[in-house]
Amino acid sequence: MRSFRKIKEAVATRLMAFLTVSSSLIVFFMITGLYVRSRPILSVHSLSELLFSSSWHPLRGEFGFLPFIVGTLWITGTAVVIAVPLCLFTAIYLSEYAPSRIRALFAPLIDLLAGIPSVIYGIWGLLAVVPMIKNQLAPVFGVFSTGYSILAAGIVLAIMIFPVIIHVSLEVLQSVPGEMREASLALGATSWQTVKTVVLRRARPGIIAAVVLGFSRAFGETMAVLMVAGNVARIPGSVLDPAYPLPALIANNYGEMLSVPLYDSALLLASLWLLVVILLFNVCSRLILVRVERSVL
Amino acid sequence: MSFKPHIRVENLNVYYGKEQALKNITVNIPDRKITAIIGPSGCGKSTLLKSFNRLLDPVDHVRISGRVFVDQEDIYDSKVDVTRIRKKMGLLSQRPYPLPMSIYDNVAYGPRLHGIRNKKTLNEIVERNLKISSIWNEVKDRLNTPASRLSIGQQQRLCLARGLAVEPEIILGDEPTSALDPKSSQRIEQRFIELKSEYTIVLVTHILRQAKRLADYVLFMYLGELVEHGSAEEIFSNPKQEMTKEYIGGTFS
Ligand SMILES: Nc1ncnc2c1ncn2[C@@H]1O[C@H](COP(=O)(O)OP(=O)(O)OP(=O)(O)O)[C@@H](O)[C@H]1O
Ligand SMILES: [Mg+2]
Repeated sequence: MRSFRKIKEAVATRLMAFLTVSSSLIVFFMITGLYVRSRPILSVHSLSELLFSSSWHPLRGEFGFLPFIVGTLWITGTAVVIAVPLCLFTAIYLSEYAPSRIRALFAPLIDLLAGIPSVIYGIWGLLAVVPMIKNQLAPVFGVFSTGYSILAAGIVLAIMIFPVIIHVSLEVLQSVPGEMREASLALGATSWQTVKTVVLRRARPGIIAAVVLGFSRAFGETMAVLMVAGNVARIPGSVLDPAYPLPALIANNYGEMLSVPLYDSALLLASLWLLVVILLFNVCSRLILVRVERSVL
Repeated sequence: MSFKPHIRVENLNVYYGKEQALKNITVNIPDRKITAIIGPSGCGKSTLLKSFNRLLDPVDHVRISGRVFVDQEDIYDSKVDVTRIRKKMGLLSQRPYPLPMSIYDNVAYGPRLHGIRNKKTLNEIVERNLKISSIWNEVKDRLNTPASRLSIGQQQRLCLARGLAVEPEIILGDEPTSALDPKSSQRIEQRFIELKSEYTIVLVTHILRQAKRLADYVLFMYLGELVEHGSAEEIFSNPKQEMTKEYIGGTFS
């Protein structure tokens, strides 16, 4: 009887260990798989040609990814520029000024935003943001825009990355020891002076990590962006122009255009870049956060 | 003992939520003397100390009634500028918390807040206060390195210099030597003895021997109440309350 329980214990432990290892190995297999499958295009075109050519004509065998890369960067950049100040002030308010009651109410509420499926954000973008840009914003600047634009995608994305940036920044701000604030206040600083020169300075690495995390989330987001960005494979000239971000390219075309030679390989190469870039960003921000935690202890 | 009071506390009550941390405290703190606040853990020593420079204000759910006068001014009056009150007092906490900046900037932080921009004036202030805090020789060649690299003992002396740089009248210390090794503690104590000719010093301490070494005046607290207060001589050699006797005799701690 006892030995049977011991065997169960041993099996369960091994099984769980195996599952843990294999789930982290998946990333490794994915990268290898993507690399193997994208080799065909790399044997025809050089990497720099693929990265820096803006001529995207798969039927003619031209696979310049520049418009998509630029589109992704513009959209992500717009989202980060919108999100960072708003998130920072929210986190600062919640951490430094709000009574604990308010913090206890709003912090989970903001986290809840993270659970909304991205297609819902996309629909909201279609119904609210796109018409607003088309009818109100573009005319103000005297330009025509269909509304499907970098700005629309940036706004939708900004809201999607609010929770992660606010959550992480809030945690980082809360990890600044109260005595450090007291030390500054005791010297006659106001709350705002204390936040600006002591709390934010101390929290800076962690806040940078929060932003990088938000950036990498925005970089890879597909569904919502695909719905509102317009998806035109041209290098955009302004935020009111449409753009075609990399994840949208992959989602729209993989499985459809595979009769075109090398198309499949090109899309998998794009997927590989996306994966590697996002992994890098994530690893960087986690490393910073681990260091921040250590320095607090 | 009759003396000129620097801080006067009248019927002070402090509540954290429903819990009452200070019960109807009335006491005078003598000018240019070292006053020690002693008592067992959780009796409200830190709370009383923080009430002197309104550091209880940012605490959640805190409720304060009664009055505290500093230089005859009611610091809890709604018209009072809190930053001006706080500037009158330098604070040393249990563990030193240098600000996340260089040694120089730590000391210059306060003066800069209060509008001193002149480089030469700032240099003088920094040097003078680091010297008073007897840390100048150890740091003069690395003023621009982060303060967090100093040893704990050095950090506490830096914090003293930082507090003195805003030219306070009062020094508040909440167990300022409890994280320090004996040698560093001794240096801080030595500073206090020298500084009391110019400053009113209020010291929370767990260490009875430290109170005996330093204090001119003693407050003994228990469970939020001020049980007894008087000159150090009175309290240590001839306490009136049974409770004080027991605490000083070491029957409980
Ligand atoms: N921020 C706070 N919120 C709620 N209760 C608090 C808070 N700070 C202190 N208290 C409570 O008030 C009482 C007095 O605390 P205080 O820190 O003043 O005691 P103390 O005498 O300084 O103790 P110690 O010697 O351990 O530092 C304690 O019961 C404590 O639990
Ligand atoms: Mg205390």
